[in-house]
Amino acid sequence: MPGLDDLYQQLILDHYRRPRHRGTLSDPTIEVDQHNPLCGDELHITVRIVDDQITEIAHAGEGCSISQSSASMMSDAVVGHSVADALTMIEHFRRVMHGDIVADETILGDAIALEGVAKYPVRIKCALLSWMALKDGLINGTPTAQEDQ
Amino acid sequence: MTHAALIDPLRVRQDFSLLAPTEGGARLVYLDSAATSQKPNAVLEAMDDYYRCANANVHRGVYRLAQEATERFEDGRRAVAELVTAPLPGTIFTKNATEAINLVAWAWGLRTLRPHDVVMVTEMEHHSGIVPWQIVAKMTGAEVRFAPITPEGELDHEWIDHTLASAPVRMVSIVHVSNVLGTINPVTDIVARAHAHGALVLVDASQSVPHMPVSFADIGCDFMAFTGHKMLGPTGIGVLVGRPELLDEMEPFLGGGEMIADVRTDGSDWADLPSKFEAGTPPIAESVGLGAACAYLSSLGLDAVRAHEVHLTAYALDALSEIEGLRIFGPRDPARRGGAISFHLPDLHPHDIAQLVDADNICVRAGHHCAKPLMRALGVNATARASTYIYNDTGDIDAFVTALHRARAYFAG
Repeated sequence: MPGLDDLYQQLILDHYRRPRHRGTLSDPTIEVDQHNPLCGDELHITVRIVDDQITEIAHAGEGCSISQSSASMMSDAVVGHSVADALTMIEHFRRVMHGDIVADETILGDAIALEGVAKYPVRIKCALLSWMALKDGLINGTPTAQEDQ
Repeated sequence: MTHAALIDPLRVRQDFSLLAPTEGGARLVYLDSAATSQKPNAVLEAMDDYYRCANANVHRGVYRLAQEATERFEDGRRAVAELVTAPLPGTIFTKNATEAINLVAWAWGLRTLRPHDVVMVTEMEHHSGIVPWQIVAKMTGAEVRFAPITPEGELDHEWIDHTLASAPVRMVSIVHVSNVLGTINPVTDIVARAHAHGALVLVDASQSVPHMPVSFADIGCDFMAFTGHKMLGPTGIGVLVGRPELLDEMEPFLGGGEMIADVRTDGSDWADLPSKFEAGTPPIAESVGLGAACAYLSSLGLDAVRAHEVHLTAYALDALSEIEGLRIFGPRDPARRGGAISFHLPDLHPHDIAQLVDADNICVRAGHHCAKPLMRALGVNATARASTYIYNDTGDIDAFVTALHRARAYFAG
């Protein structure tokens, strides 16, 4: 699609069509609900943490291709990492979305494909939704529904 | 106008600079007029001329320039009052329809509502017809009740009648035409039923005044709110029409200059209508622009504007219905609805639809359309919405349907 291929990269479409870590964990360590007030999209994230390591993560809910693929990519990126590493990744991703820094693939993995979203201001919230949800969960341990500003 | 000529969208488009084709031949297909309309050059020129030739503050100066400004400002009010058959003293300028509804909620509701009184709204209200009442209900102990919608996207009139008969309903605040479903509510009938039970009625006419003949006098309601920017006028100006005898009894909403008869250290007296509800310097250029918009609409004829809408809506409903899996919300009969068509596709999120068709220069809306209770009633988080106006033609609908197919194929991979 002319002009949109930098937004909808193949990796994004791939994660949207075949989302990884989709679903809900039973008996999770952390459970977070987040919604995007702009579009009403809802996201439910469950995380299992063992010895400060994210051993499992799952995401459920409804959303656009950007929010759904972002949740899938984020899950891929953080699983197997420590809570501190995950928070570093989240902060890196947040700053990439706000156009502050260039994305580092070694930190973000597939989620580097979302870098182009930074050029579409109304879609940044879509991309950030899952990451901010996880951040809330990891820091507070309990759900909060405030979106990143 | 008794026998209106049909609208010629190609001719109309020539009056809208923003809709002119570019040198390469590309042109904007604007299908978001339910959010805001485009502005004809006549409106822009009237505002420009006001600022260049007649700018002064109104109702104050004795010099001729101030008189000229005041005349142009009040001409705008006269044009609006005439368009919707409203009493001139009861035609009040606000900054938008939201402020008009807030004015009633605060100036009437806050002083009138008592604990357990009921304000009836509907599930198809815009947030601007819900939240002001929730705020005032919280302060007064009144209760806001929502008239449900049927699966066809119409109001449940049995529920309305039952509630009017069994609850102390003081106010019915209802949308004339839904910005999501397109449903045209039978407001004249609802007003008669509400009045029979002693309730006042506020009609949110934001989506009707731009698109069809609307008469405050014929509807018989107590208040009517609408906005300038959806009816070819500028942003920054809305209208509250109220029955003058009711407005006379009400205390002001905002205080300041312009709205007083006298200000003393021990208190103040209010100006006559409509000034009593227009504190501070009003939207002067905006009134001039809105007056030009009213003239433009009248020159087309609102019967013709409505006939064009019915024609386009019928065409769009047919075209969209042919898309597999596409679910249209709201009435299917074009005679019972306005031109806003919301829909849902199982495999394509509204955000992605809006983003992808934008690549083809097509503007449609995606989201909850400031109607979250309605979204919940429909069982969706968001919808995509295409809405038409006088400058759209069937070619625009065709372009949108083609772009939708392309978007679908793109995501299917």
